[in-house]
Amino acid sequence: MSEPLRTAPVSVILGALGSLRSAIVPAIAIAFSGIGGGGRFLIAIGVGVAAAVIGTAFSYLGWRRLTYTIGETDIRVESGLFSRSARSVPYERIQDVSLEAKPLARMFGLVAVKFETGAGGGEDLTLEYLTDAEGERLRQLVRERRDDETAAEGADQGAPARTGEEEGDVLYALSPAKLVTFGLFEFSLAVFAVLGGALQYVDNVSDMDVWNVDLWYGWLKEQGSTVATLGPYAQAIGAIAGLFGLIVVGMVTGVVRTVLRDWGFTLTRSARGFRRQRGLLTRTDVVMPAHRVQGLVIGTGPVRYRFGWHRLSFVSLAQDAEGESHEVAPFAKMDEIAPIVAAAGFRLPDESTRWQRASKRQRTDKMMLDAAVFVILTIVAAVVAPPGLFLIPLGVAVLSVGANLYAWEFRRHALSDTQIFSTTGLMSPTSRIATRLKLHSVEIAQGPLARWRGYATVHLGLAGGSFAIPGVPLAEARKLRASILETIAATDYSRLDQAPAGQALSVDQSGFSPNRLAT
Amino acid sequence: MDHTPAIAPAGQPLDDDGELTKLHPGYAHALRVRTTLTAIPFLIGALVLETAFLSEGLFPSGIIAGPVLVIALALIIRVPSTRYNARGYQISADRLRVVRGLLFRSDTVVPFGRVQHIDVHQGPLDRFFGIATLTLHTAGNHNASVSLPGLGEPLAREMREEIRAHIRRETV
Repeated sequence: MSEPLRTAPVSVILGALGSLRSAIVPAIAIAFSGIGGGGRFLIAIGVGVAAAVIGTAFSYLGWRRLTYTIGETDIRVESGLFSRSARSVPYERIQDVSLEAKPLARMFGLVAVKFETGAGGGEDLTLEYLTDAEGERLRQLVRERRDDETAAEGADQGAPARTGEEEGDVLYALSPAKLVTFGLFEFSLAVFAVLGGALQYVDNVSDMDVWNVDLWYGWLKEQGSTVATLGPYAQAIGAIAGLFGLIVVGMVTGVVRTVLRDWGFTLTRSARGFRRQRGLLTRTDVVMPAHRVQGLVIGTGPVRYRFGWHRLSFVSLAQDAEGESHEVAPFAKMDEIAPIVAAAGFRLPDESTRWQRASKRQRTDKMMLDAAVFVILTIVAAVVAPPGLFLIPLGVAVLSVGANLYAWEFRRHALSDTQIFSTTGLMSPTSRIATRLKLHSVEIAQGPLARWRGYATVHLGLAGGSFAIPGVPLAEARKLRASILETIAATDYSRLDQAPAGQALSVDQSGFSPNRLAT
Repeated sequence: MDHTPAIAPAGQPLDDDGELTKLHPGYAHALRVRTTLTAIPFLIGALVLETAFLSEGLFPSGIIAGPVLVIALALIIRVPSTRYNARGYQISADRLRVVRGLLFRSDTVVPFGRVQHIDVHQGPLDRFFGIATLTLHTAGNHNASVSLPGLGEPLAREMREEIRAHIRRETV
């Protein structure tokens, strides 16, 4: 078990293919540019071959020199061609192990195994590529090792650690039909950014000057004169058709992107935690231990909110590739979210939750400050701009006052005996839920205005995320802090992970009992 | 006054609105020296401008350096003492409260049970005045490190030992 192991030999080929792929674009560029005259195709082929040979050589050497060792207490990876590096990651520090299969690797039955430690800054340990079976074995192993350690430390643990693959219950899944609906809400015009990038590229490698204004202007004028001859109705129809086309393009982009990312999205709950699988081409498989979940964020979008759709993510030290919290239900109704929340040991706010609103003084101040900009603009416009134009900023100022007054109704927080809730947002409300026990510090911050008017922002120290409640009246902020600190100070940090982990085992055997929620 | 035992006896609750413990008086001096050091480049700049314009003979002498000097003196005399007065801390059996800020007040409480590690830092200026900065690191993203500057150096070490003992007691 403890001898150094190598990654799968096919990784060499994948590495070589990767370097070949990055050589293709320059090769094509050379082939179609003026460099080298008649022999440029030969040069291009030469570049490609050289890239392939060098890439394969480096890939092979890198593979030869990279070994990993599954030790008693840690995983060690030694790597490097010229400068060697050795890294050791203790099992107890591994937040989760995720498997990622990119399309090419998937064809060979390989996965990239990523050990997330929550160290941040992309310093996670990644082994590229292992066979499917080896990845799964490693994951099981890490899980068992860590549980052994937890069991050794927590003496009160009665249940034997389960081994082998647990299939668990499916908590949430995205059906293809729902996926398409989801995609429609993910309206995106990113395709135009991609087109812009492509144009830039064409500009770089070809003689055509894309950014030459005259070229486009001439073309537009030509088109414009054609349009002008059509008459006003045809022009209006054309404009509407263009707008319609834009919407269709945006929706199609949204659907394609969503399907690629979230195809076959399944969230399962097993004894060890949550497991999420998703992706059409790049398949990812992430396991999140339940007790590592620090908080929940329930978000939505302005349009999908009107249809009752929400998005649930877990805040923890480990994060998704984009540096965001783990999305566990990207597109779900509240009654689908509720069981996931319960399984994570959290409780959604209900009728008994005593909501507190932000200070009315803060509402007034924020309203005045936000409107002040537009009022100044109004005055400037009234003096300088042609008459009537000042009505535009004035209208915006009135709108901003109205929006602020109305948004205040949606800004509220509540404290239950184990959790803290906060909701903000008028068009697309976002709710945050955190366990009082898992907070790390409480700060009451006040700017000059807030001090004068007697309210404060409460910042809570949450691992892996932020949690701030603005505009709390000072006396209430102090009360809030006192009661949260009472909960925090009762349990030491080193017991945070163990206590719920021990309990999670017994809970899993008897269903989700309410006392689990009290941890 | 700041060398009186600041650590409250165990079991005594921390009163959030209670009296704050003042920092070491040396901290006010250190702040003053730091403000002076910051002001010096501005003064030099003003003097350089002054000499440049003096050769032109456009303005009466002292029209640039004078106001800069007045502002610098006001800042050096006033700000360190107000800043010193605005800062304070409170330590109880299981938590530390740090208050700071003149315009933007912040009032942070860190429970010892959530402290990951502790630093005591002393710069050259701090060493001259016999003070040190105590920094508590937590796992939260906000307030990942809470620092309390201007403690007497022996007191900072004593507090570190106290907090460390608390952590060890909890863990074992």
